Amino acid sequence: MRFFAHTERDVRAMLDTIGARCLDDLIAHVPASLRAGAAINLAPGKNEAEIAAELGALAAQNTGASAFSSFLGFGAYRHHIPAAVRAITARAEFATSYTPYQPEASQGTTEAIFEFQTMITQLTGLEVANASMYDGASATAEAVLMAHRVAPKRTRVALSRALWPDYRETVRTYLSALENIEVVEVPFDPQSGAIDIAALERRAGERLLCAVIGYPNAFGIVEPLGEVAALTRRAGAIAVSATAEPLALGLLKPPGELGVDIAVGEGQSFGLAAQFGGPGVGFMAARMENLRQMPGRLVGETHDRFGRRAWCLTLATREQHIRRERATSNICTNHSLCALAATVYLAMMGRRGLRELASRNVELAHRAADALAAAGIRTRFDAPFFNEFVVNVGDPAAALARAERAGLLAGVALGGYWPELGSALLVSVTEMNTQSEFERLAGALAGGR
Amino acid sequence: MAAEGKMASAGRIARSTEEAEPSSVAAAGAPDVRSVPLLFEESAAGRSGADVAARAIGEPDAAAILGTGLCRDDITGFPELSEPQVMRHFLRLSQLNFGQAFQFYPLGSCTMKYNPVLNDEMAALSGFAGLHPMTPAHLAQGALELMARLEAALAEITGMDAVSLHPAAGAQGELTGLLMARAYHHKRGAARHKVIIPDTAHGTNPASCTLAGFEVVVAKSNRRGFLEAAEIRRLLSDEVAALMVTNPNTLGIFEPEIAAIAGALHERGALLYLDGANMNALLGVAKPGHMGADIVQLNLHKTFATPHGGGGPGAGPVAVKKHLEPFLPAPRLGRDAGGWRLDYGWPDSIGRLRAFQGNFGMLVRAYSFILALGGNGLAEASRFAILAANYVRKRLEPHYPSATREPSMHECVLTHDLEKRAGVSTLDIAKRLLDFGIHPPTIYFPLVVHGALMIEPTETETRETLDSFVAAMEKIYDEALSNPEMVRTAPHTLALSRVDEAHAARRPVLRWQPTRA
Repeated sequence: MRFFAHTERDVRAMLDTIGARCLDDLIAHVPASLRAGAAINLAPGKNEAEIAAELGALAAQNTGASAFSSFLGFGAYRHHIPAAVRAITARAEFATSYTPYQPEASQGTTEAIFEFQTMITQLTGLEVANASMYDGASATAEAVLMAHRVAPKRTRVALSRALWPDYRETVRTYLSALENIEVVEVPFDPQSGAIDIAALERRAGERLLCAVIGYPNAFGIVEPLGEVAALTRRAGAIAVSATAEPLALGLLKPPGELGVDIAVGEGQSFGLAAQFGGPGVGFMAARMENLRQMPGRLVGETHDRFGRRAWCLTLATREQHIRRERATSNICTNHSLCALAATVYLAMMGRRGLRELASRNVELAHRAADALAAAGIRTRFDAPFFNEFVVNVGDPAAALARAERAGLLAGVALGGYWPELGSALLVSVTEMNTQSEFERLAGALAGGR
Repeated sequence: MAAEGKMASAGRIARSTEEAEPSSVAAAGAPDVRSVPLLFEESAAGRSGADVAARAIGEPDAAAILGTGLCRDDITGFPELSEPQVMRHFLRLSQLNFGQAFQFYPLGSCTMKYNPVLNDEMAALSGFAGLHPMTPAHLAQGALELMARLEAALAEITGMDAVSLHPAAGAQGELTGLLMARAYHHKRGAARHKVIIPDTAHGTNPASCTLAGFEVVVAKSNRRGFLEAAEIRRLLSDEVAALMVTNPNTLGIFEPEIAAIAGALHERGALLYLDGANMNALLGVAKPGHMGADIVQLNLHKTFATPHGGGGPGAGPVAVKKHLEPFLPAPRLGRDAGGWRLDYGWPDSIGRLRAFQGNFGMLVRAYSFILALGGNGLAEASRFAILAANYVRKRLEPHYPSATREPSMHECVLTHDLEKRAGVSTLDIAKRLLDFGIHPPTIYFPLVVHGALMIEPTETETRETLDSFVAAMEKIYDEALSNPEMVRTAPHTLALSRVDEAHAARRPVLRWQPTRA
């Protein structure tokens, strides 16, 4: 086995030191009945060429990854990844280190996390961000749990119905063991696709714990976040925004500025490939007054013995390895290497570049919508959208099949998630799409009419 | 200020003891070439590493489309750097890290083994990396097939019946397993709200229990360091949903009464949750399924060699026996005439704990690792890991005795008398190891051992590496007696000296701000 260095001589010498005759002596204390059936019935080890052939063949079967022009979004996005991101995240100094418990040997990781935290606060307009979470959905669930710790007497969690179904379900799973918490869903306005503010108002009251709203929402709609936050805060509750397309934060007003208390989201758009859904990277930002209730790791600034600036994990008394059953969360490792990818990505894009790219996505998405409209395919909602939009196509299954024959993955049919959107398709457009694709898309979707 | 005064006096002590050390030259106040300014400090207005395609002439811009009321004016303070600056920044940062690829990294319970580089190459194949999670199943058959093969392999390795690859990490796998235990009892009409956890458990175990709505009951391990069936029987009641136990436990010893414990639990209708954090000791040695485990979570970044990434991403699959299968997170893999598909038809499922299908990129790496070792290679891995731990333990015995007399599995927990003899703490020993180019073991864990050093050498380190670690530990022991200040003020040879962690918590500075002096 090419990963093992032990020669027969090594093994002999080590066994002699220990005072054992053979390797199996070392496990002789494991009950014989368990050892008897422990053999692993898998094929013998393969060499690199064999593994590459086997996995290469499996990868090649995923024709959806490369053989189509894609308009898939709905929580995972196709963006160009600068070569710098891969070059840095492939560095073994980053990839093969672990949680920076020894700051003197981890200044690369800790400084990068400090930069990640800073950029997340800048994008969200909030005061403190953690070192990352698993993904946008679990970060949203953790935000609700955090809100519960901030306002433990309140019991009603209001989830926008225009949040991604995965996010809503994840919140429900995380809350399933908490007693006395009621989850209500707030409808969206069928005309605009944005939250029905009056409906939220009816659910707001002294029991309201928090309101969670997508920004943009699952239809790509830019929600009236300021109004939602104001209404929520007037009720004494906590306003939470969830963002699955974080590129939007490069252009849209930051959630913190609009009154949001906790901003969470998915950072996959920032330099991570779609990878069939993971790993991405969750982010979470909040106000300093709620710092002690925040889950996850935090890196802070400090100094070494000689006063030189240094970084280290801090405020660990919130965390499971210190606080055990009274911790703010059970989260241990986060998605550090993915947070590093996002940090490199954002450093590359920078202050102007991120805004330009976000703008470019808006412009291209609207050109695509115009191309579809010209072919008679109308957008379903009339509120402003970022880089995704919903169109009515009649029979989505037939439309998707036509598009597939034309070499297009036209979008995501929404009827399975929202029955009233049975004829709707969510089309996602990024800088990876071109004008000629918009025309092909329009042709394919209109083809059945 | 008080903090600065303390710092200055610490500095004086250090300088006097470090006169023999070459690194004291840098420490004496010369500009330190090894520190890296923050991105924000290297920025200049107008620089950019972005190359966004320009808007077509006459095309309205985004602010005009959305209306300026929705748009921000600026991202205040955001970095502005060229691509070469960004590259140099992060490459220099990388040089400040220890990593398993560079250093011996015997961090106990973390299984810092070699991460085969082929695995990263496989995960980067465009058919995997570029696959969108909403791709229709018939165009993603290879990915689903890979997941099915990995599920089957993990079921075989653990001796369990069904596997979900859904959880994002070990801790999320724990939560998944515990929510399943809750759902299982609920379905049977029993309200069981307690989970027994040994005093040696990882912190994630009790934290996961709380999150899953359980009250923690702590079981005491005996003087030899393991759990007795009698203790579990004493704690069992109709309120107990499960015992959550790591095997080998965090002392690195195999729980010899595990089968009897499982029997006791099952007799009272409770479940055995086996935390697979230490699975690297068990490959081809003993299967959790045969121990009587009902639920096991695995950490692919440990046993199955996916890179730890400075703290994730990992993956925490959950394996269960047949009677718990209905409660696994959905969607699960299903198969019909058209091939693999995602199956949502599991009405008793606990639901999802994250978006999409799991940390697929890590699943590819783990599967590639399993293919490389095969059944026999996996069994060999555990045996070599156990060999290494026992070898290190034996060689260090004269200076750092084991916390237990039981045989070690894949890791050993040692202790020492330097605190008493020389005022040198476990933390000091750990910091001094850094000067030898060795990442310290896990320290002060498990909590039941005073000043613990938890050492997990793994199967991929050479005997020479283990010997040099032993030599470093012996040297530190001697230094602690002859020159304790040298150890107490370590490290001396890195870019930074001892970092003041308490200061960071006293006045938290958690982001850079442009207005800060």
